[in-house]
Amino acid sequence: MSQITPEIIAQHGIKPDEYKLILEIMGREPNLTELGIFSVMWSEHCSYKSSKKWLKTLPTKAPWVICGPGENAGIIDIGDNQAIVFKMESHNHPSFIEPYQGAATGVGGILRDVFTMGARPIANMNALRFGDPSNPKTRHLVAGVVAGIGGYGNCVGVPTVGGETNFHSSYNGNILVNAMTVGLADKDNIFYSAAAGVGNPVVYFGSKTGRDGIHGATMASAEFDEKSEEKRPTVQVGDPFTEKLLIEACLELMATDVIVAIQDMGAAGLTSSSFEMASKGGLGVELDLDSVPMREQGMTAYEIMLSESQERMLMILKPGKEDVARAIMDKWELDFAVIGTLTDTGRMVLKRHGEVVADLPIDPLAQASPEYDRPWVAPAKLPVVKAEDVPAECPAEALKKLLACPDLASKRWIYQQYDHMVMGDTVQRPGGDAAVVRIHGTDKAVAITTDCTPRYCQADPHEGGRQAVAEAYRNLSATGAVPLAVTDNLNFGNPEKPEIMGQIVEAIKGMGEACRDLDFPVVSGNVSLYNETQGTAIQPTPAIGAVGLLDDVSKHMTLAFKSAGSNIVLLGETKGWLGASLYLREICGREEGAPPPVALHRERRKGELVRQLIQDGLVRACHDVSDGGLLVAVAEMSMASADRVGAALDAPSTLPLHAWCFGEDQGRYVLEVSDDDLVSVLEAAEEHEVNARVIGKTGGHVISVGGRAVTVDELREANEGWLPAYMGAEMSGH
Amino acid sequence: MKAAVIVFPGSNCDRDVAVALEASMGAKPHMVWHRDTELPAVDLIVVPGGFSYGDYLRCGAMAAHSPIMREVKARAEAGARVLGICNGFQIITEAGLLPGVLMRNAQLKFVCKDVHLKVENDRTDFCRYYRSGDVVRFPIAHAEGNYFVEPHTFREMEDNGQIAFRYCDRDGKVSAETNPNGSLGNVAGVYNSKFNVLGLMPHPERLAEDLLGGSDGKLMFDSLVEALS
Repeated sequence: MSQITPEIIAQHGIKPDEYKLILEIMGREPNLTELGIFSVMWSEHCSYKSSKKWLKTLPTKAPWVICGPGENAGIIDIGDNQAIVFKMESHNHPSFIEPYQGAATGVGGILRDVFTMGARPIANMNALRFGDPSNPKTRHLVAGVVAGIGGYGNCVGVPTVGGETNFHSSYNGNILVNAMTVGLADKDNIFYSAAAGVGNPVVYFGSKTGRDGIHGATMASAEFDEKSEEKRPTVQVGDPFTEKLLIEACLELMATDVIVAIQDMGAAGLTSSSFEMASKGGLGVELDLDSVPMREQGMTAYEIMLSESQERMLMILKPGKEDVARAIMDKWELDFAVIGTLTDTGRMVLKRHGEVVADLPIDPLAQASPEYDRPWVAPAKLPVVKAEDVPAECPAEALKKLLACPDLASKRWIYQQYDHMVMGDTVQRPGGDAAVVRIHGTDKAVAITTDCTPRYCQADPHEGGRQAVAEAYRNLSATGAVPLAVTDNLNFGNPEKPEIMGQIVEAIKGMGEACRDLDFPVVSGNVSLYNETQGTAIQPTPAIGAVGLLDDVSKHMTLAFKSAGSNIVLLGETKGWLGASLYLREICGREEGAPPPVALHRERRKGELVRQLIQDGLVRACHDVSDGGLLVAVAEMSMASADRVGAALDAPSTLPLHAWCFGEDQGRYVLEVSDDDLVSVLEAAEEHEVNARVIGKTGGHVISVGGRAVTVDELREANEGWLPAYMGAEMSGH
Repeated sequence: MKAAVIVFPGSNCDRDVAVALEASMGAKPHMVWHRDTELPAVDLIVVPGGFSYGDYLRCGAMAAHSPIMREVKARAEAGARVLGICNGFQIITEAGLLPGVLMRNAQLKFVCKDVHLKVENDRTDFCRYYRSGDVVRFPIAHAEGNYFVEPHTFREMEDNGQIAFRYCDRDGKVSAETNPNGSLGNVAGVYNSKFNVLGLMPHPERLAEDLLGGSDGKLMFDSLVEALS
């Protein structure tokens, strides 16, 4: 009597034609454990089957790239024999079901992807998208996700130094929790996951295995429906204290010379780690599941192989080195067990209670992992919205409303729950264009940012993909850092719908163009699809995580105005583009029109100019112009200044006032320049063929433009007040 | 001055404290693993911040009973200076080196930000380079910093000058608005009766370098080097 029924096959997310392929590969019907292994290895989450074809088009090479996509994380060379290891990953589905644990294990998982390669994690960031504040679940999800990220990250002792948070109704049923980790490694002590050496021991260490998180991988690739609440046990449970022990134990072990290959147990736990390590090494693996440390009795082979219990690692040791590794694990009070050996059969053989319970070929399963060329339809280009067709509100009133809208309101209530200073190297704290974290013991620093404007991607995924990369490039350049490389977290709806697949294809094309033209390669990433509930998909969200390098940390630039009486210089052209702008949405209640186009060659020139001006000490403050446009950017520089320095801006000569103030034209920076340096700045701009104009002066404690004014204090109160009030805390005030 | 930093599983700020100590001492402190029983001869013992034993049971409860803490208590009784920062303050209070207890923050959330502190007593080795009434800026990062002690003991401590710091505003005003966690009398740190043990929730080691945003914290480490060299 075969255990496998069509119903069981469907439950495992395997399509009929995929099951036919399984029968060919196995030469017989699979048993339940084998079917489970196929289902997680071929899940969207692990196999990238709907996006692989297009991901291959992304540029991944540059002289400073040591390791691109395909390993646990991407690696770039920052000189002096040091490397930066980083990646971003999503825990969207679990976080909707159980926000605290879903978000916490998202942080735990991405941390492991980085330190498994030999890097000490030095900074965490997160990109969050929640539903509309009026949605009844939003407040609960925000509170849970933030507490989970803080609860895990603070305990592990890695600073959470920034990120971004958006609110939009398209995320009502599908929030996004994308977590990013940046680590520091020695260039000649990096560890990869390809197994080697027939007969070498396969070693498990970390926490014990339980039944939590089974089918987390397949659930990550399933649409939500009303029964999602029942999936609560599939959400993994995290233990940050064990993770801290795991970090220290791993790094201590990696200082010895006993490891051949190592990988963390992430999605699909023991299955994906053992399978991928063997497959990359072209070897077979034999595991004795009885020797796996377990915290529950009577676990079946199926449960052991598919469990996604957290804080577990798998490694291949050099022969005879088990005792060296065991001693280190004992010191850190972690479980340790030799659970199998590498073989030359090219097969995965699992034993339980002395019997073979699974026997499957590795390479055929890996090679035959489906790669779909799904039908797609490029979305229609939307018309350009003209400024005359957009109502012009008093700029002072509109500015106050924008600064208090959910997307622009201060996120202090969130990042004050994150320890952003532990490890003593946080030079620029949350709230700026990018976080700046010193490379411990040196004068260098990395700048880190996460960026994406989902409303642009909804309007035009191609342009939105370009803009996400360009904005990350600008945010890094605004601190003086040289942009080096990018990781991404592609969050989209159901790829089986041609219009959604069209969003994925166009966004990846746009990202690829920007990465290529800006010499800003993709070195790692993650894809999360099926972010859809009862047929409505999220706004396309190709989140970008980017890292840049500052050779001299003392030269890092911030966005706060430093003094009164300076010139405010705008770099870049302004045509007053209001299509898909925050002004149009938050003030006029309209979400329409083509997003602002990105001129990549000009972005590059402006980035080089800005970095040179900062390097030469010719600017006192620098901020990129993004959501909300010019007036919002200037207001942010005033609100961030220590003594509330205001700004008097000249009215535009040609453009309507509201288009000048709130247009979201791309490729623009606002600089604070002293009178003494003004000529040099304008000359340098000319040399770089960059449009540069003085648009006003700093001073006073008011922001004024076109005869209207509002005090910086009023703006700060509006900006700081929304989130604490929304989350129910009393006004935090200071 | 010779110093030791105790490292528990889950201590996260041990390296930060070592960096700040080295900047003031000009030499590295001993890093002592919690399972080591003998502690080198030192003038200062620092119990750093972090999440020792994951804060399970109660913050600092398990660490307080580790073998090394018995040795730290003995040294404290013999007159060595002991500095407990954040989780370290919780540990040395649980170990009985200081009166009182650290409860969960009144607003029930972890809070990480700069705070202003009023120096209450400058006649100790920890505060030589501060003046009573000074306002200094240190960061806090904790979820259980709500200090409490029985009222009569509190009055004795106040009369005795055992209150080290109180949360205040930029101008030194102590009020409910400037209290980030609900602690009794805005207390941020206290001494024992012999003034050789100081526990405080704020992290002086995190603002001991202008590049990180301020250096008020450096003066505490400089004070100790001055007093104990």
